[in-house]
Amino acid sequence: MTALTVLYKFWSEYTKNTPKKLKIIDAYLLYVFLTGVIQFVYCCLVGTFPFNSFLSGFISCVSCFILGVCLRLQVNPQNRSQFHGISPERGFADFIFAHIILHIVIMNFIG
Amino acid sequence: MLSNKSSLSSQQQQLPSSSSSSSSSTSSANAKVMFPDKRSTTKQMKSSTLTNAAGLSSLITFTVLLLAWISGFASRLFAVIRFESIIHEFDPWFNYRATAYMVQHGFYNFLNWFDERAWYPLGRIVGGTVYPGLMITSGSIHYILHSLNIPVHIRDICVFLAPIFSGLTAISTYLLTKEIWSAGAGLFAACFIAIVPGYISRSVAGSYDNEGIAIFALQITYYLWVKSVKTGSIFWASITALSYFYMVSAWGGYVFIINLIPLHVFALLIMNRFSNRLFTSYSTFYVLGLLLSMQIPFVGFQPIRTSEHMAASGVFGLIIFVAAFRYLRTVLTKSEMKYFGGVVAVTTTMLLLILIVLTYTGVVAPWSGRFYSLWDTGYAKIHIPIIASVSEHQPTTWFSFFFDLHVLVALFPVGLWYCITHVNDERVFVVLYAISAVYFAGVMVRLMLTLTPVVCMLAGVAVSRLVELFLKEEDRDGNGNESNEESEEERERSPGPNLRNVIVLGMLMLLMMFTVHCTWVTSNAYSSPSIVLASYSNDGGRAILDDFREAYYWLAQNTANDARVMSWWDYGYQIAGMANRTTLVDNNTWNNSHIALVGKAMSSNESAAYDIMTSLDVDYVLIIFGGMIGYSGDDINKFLWMVRIAEGEHPQDIRESDYFTERGEFRVDSEGSPTLLNSLMYKLSYYRFGDVKIDYRSPYGYDRTRNAEIGNKNFQLTYLEEAYTTEHWLVRIYRVKKPAEFNRPIIPISERVITRRANSYVTKKTSRRKRGVIKGRPVVIKGQRPQRRTT
Repeated sequence: MTALTVLYKFWSEYTKNTPKKLKIIDAYLLYVFLTGVIQFVYCCLVGTFPFNSFLSGFISCVSCFILGVCLRLQVNPQNRSQFHGISPERGFADFIFAHIILHIVIMNFIG
Repeated sequence: MLSNKSSLSSQQQQLPSSSSSSSSSTSSANAKVMFPDKRSTTKQMKSSTLTNAAGLSSLITFTVLLLAWISGFASRLFAVIRFESIIHEFDPWFNYRATAYMVQHGFYNFLNWFDERAWYPLGRIVGGTVYPGLMITSGSIHYILHSLNIPVHIRDICVFLAPIFSGLTAISTYLLTKEIWSAGAGLFAACFIAIVPGYISRSVAGSYDNEGIAIFALQITYYLWVKSVKTGSIFWASITALSYFYMVSAWGGYVFIINLIPLHVFALLIMNRFSNRLFTSYSTFYVLGLLLSMQIPFVGFQPIRTSEHMAASGVFGLIIFVAAFRYLRTVLTKSEMKYFGGVVAVTTTMLLLILIVLTYTGVVAPWSGRFYSLWDTGYAKIHIPIIASVSEHQPTTWFSFFFDLHVLVALFPVGLWYCITHVNDERVFVVLYAISAVYFAGVMVRLMLTLTPVVCMLAGVAVSRLVELFLKEEDRDGNGNESNEESEEERERSPGPNLRNVIVLGMLMLLMMFTVHCTWVTSNAYSSPSIVLASYSNDGGRAILDDFREAYYWLAQNTANDARVMSWWDYGYQIAGMANRTTLVDNNTWNNSHIALVGKAMSSNESAAYDIMTSLDVDYVLIIFGGMIGYSGDDINKFLWMVRIAEGEHPQDIRESDYFTERGEFRVDSEGSPTLLNSLMYKLSYYRFGDVKIDYRSPYGYDRTRNAEIGNKNFQLTYLEEAYTTEHWLVRIYRVKKPAEFNRPIIPISERVITRRANSYVTKKTSRRKRGVIKGRPVVIKGQRPQRRTT
């Protein structure tokens, strides 16, 4: 039962203290995460036959998730002291840049 | 020029901020290191305007880097000046051939290239078994130059590619050292790496090999990685991944990067130096790098399937856990964290177990032999003779450390010590780089190459620190005491002016000796193309022995286009590249059993070898023989490796002990073992050599390489015939006879039956009929009817 209370407390803290921008990013992260889970379950059920296609799909989910987390870290005002010279706008531009590279490669790899 | 100026001014802005951030995390000793630089810049700013100071230092930077580039380029040209613009050695010939193919047929045809002229009868899928970065680099340079209407032959681009990239390596070393220490140390490091023999050995003009561009890629990747750890920016991490991609496309040594960077991250985690910057840079680098590295056909799915790459993914998982853990800790209290801590521990052990199970079931391949031999140095010698047989895979001797690095060997621990004492995030990286590179260089001569850059960097740190200590004192004494509390401590150990001069002069002497040594080593040891040999006579005259190209040219001109040439694998690439003939085995030693078959043919007697040769459709056999001129790298000296490799696959036919004398010696004279004296290699090497008297003092058939009179002199070859022997007997080519040429039954004369008609034999010397006659000519008698013929 205590685990449930911990989770509940976590949720209330989260909704109280997180800025709206970060909540949007978190929603995106949740969506990407679920997409990755669906792909993984699909590959477990059906098989990984075009292995590169599965890999590119799955890795693209992982990368989107990771890049989203990175963006969230950089945008978070609490972390301002750790990222010198990276404004939220700069962080978003970097995010876009990494996504361009990522998706060009994914397009090449998906076959 | 402009870029330098901007980068330097940004460094000036950065300095106060970086020192303040590091002082919070590290001791005050660290801050003191940062101060000399800062003090000098502030002093310069006082004495002159800001633009002048920045302009002057960027001018110095630019000049030094340019000079480093030029001197590095120039000292790599010995081979071109002494010989000609030619591709060296063995592997470069394949790279050159592949590049020429790509330039001629286009990139996509190159990727799909199936080379039927190698590994007869198997062939080789070149596009899928090659690191294409080198070919693409020189191919794109060729393309750019040609679209600018500069008609350079692709061979010249290939020859000069490595010297040009050495300049880029110097610049990236400068950048990396600047990131970890200071700009001055960077300039020293750039100058060191431009001329250090350990790197020149792989990048002289004409040595067109992967390492030439890979060291540049290695250094720039490390620079970008350090940069991205410092800033924590996604942009720099993505650029790191791109440069890692270039490295993957260029050299198999990319495994070093993909293990060293995770090691760095792991060490930082253990040292409790986790930061969100580290998380962003590593995770971005890892996912992008993983995806990019799988784009190279030769690498394929290896990054997720082999153990060499597993450390990276393990650290990736770990850092995600740590980051999640830290995030939760900001939200929850300590007692609540217990739940999550338990979850984390269970998940980690589960993942580890899964990995181990996957390794055992074979989904994840265990360490491959080449990598395994790095851990267990005796492994290759026992299990994989083909790896042990390559001379560059031998363990390094102390001598070669000194030979390749000279004074840097002594300076390198000093720099390492400075980095350890003033540790911060990026210096941890350099320390790990240094330690792992020292280990690998000790295991294999070839990996000296990965040690060289880090040695140069740390030696640069050491020299710049020393120079800083002993040149700056004077300024401070003149300028008085602006900052009391630091100068007091420094003054305690500040040397007197005499000592200072002596040390500075000594330093300069050392550096000059280093330069002289580098030039000497480059000129004497590393500038030989090894397909053109030079010998020096007593009066200093130079004779060029061009036997290799003579033989390959003979093959190209005098044999059928599809002729198959058998030789030991060392010469496979050269035969394919210069003679354009089909080879059985070559330097891409992917098929051990095929090589063992050739080794078996070479080490068995003539008739057994003939069976193997006919089964492999061999038309010509090419061997290298150095006994005439005393060339030690010939096939007889490599012969024991052929025997060993053949024994590994055919232990019932070939036994290494048969080739030694009873006392365990390998000798070619009359006391040598009979198996050796009758082996194909021996016979082909010494065929007709017994008739040769080189010197009036030495007997007939005196081998100058092994200093022995050969033991088996007068023999004939049954199944082969000599086709061509070059001027100095360095290369000998034999033709394998077809069965019809020797396969007629030989009958002794007494048993020969010669059918002869008894009375039809007429000698010309009979006196009765001096005129010519026609046998059976009808006799014409006049006045009668011709008789009817009855017979």
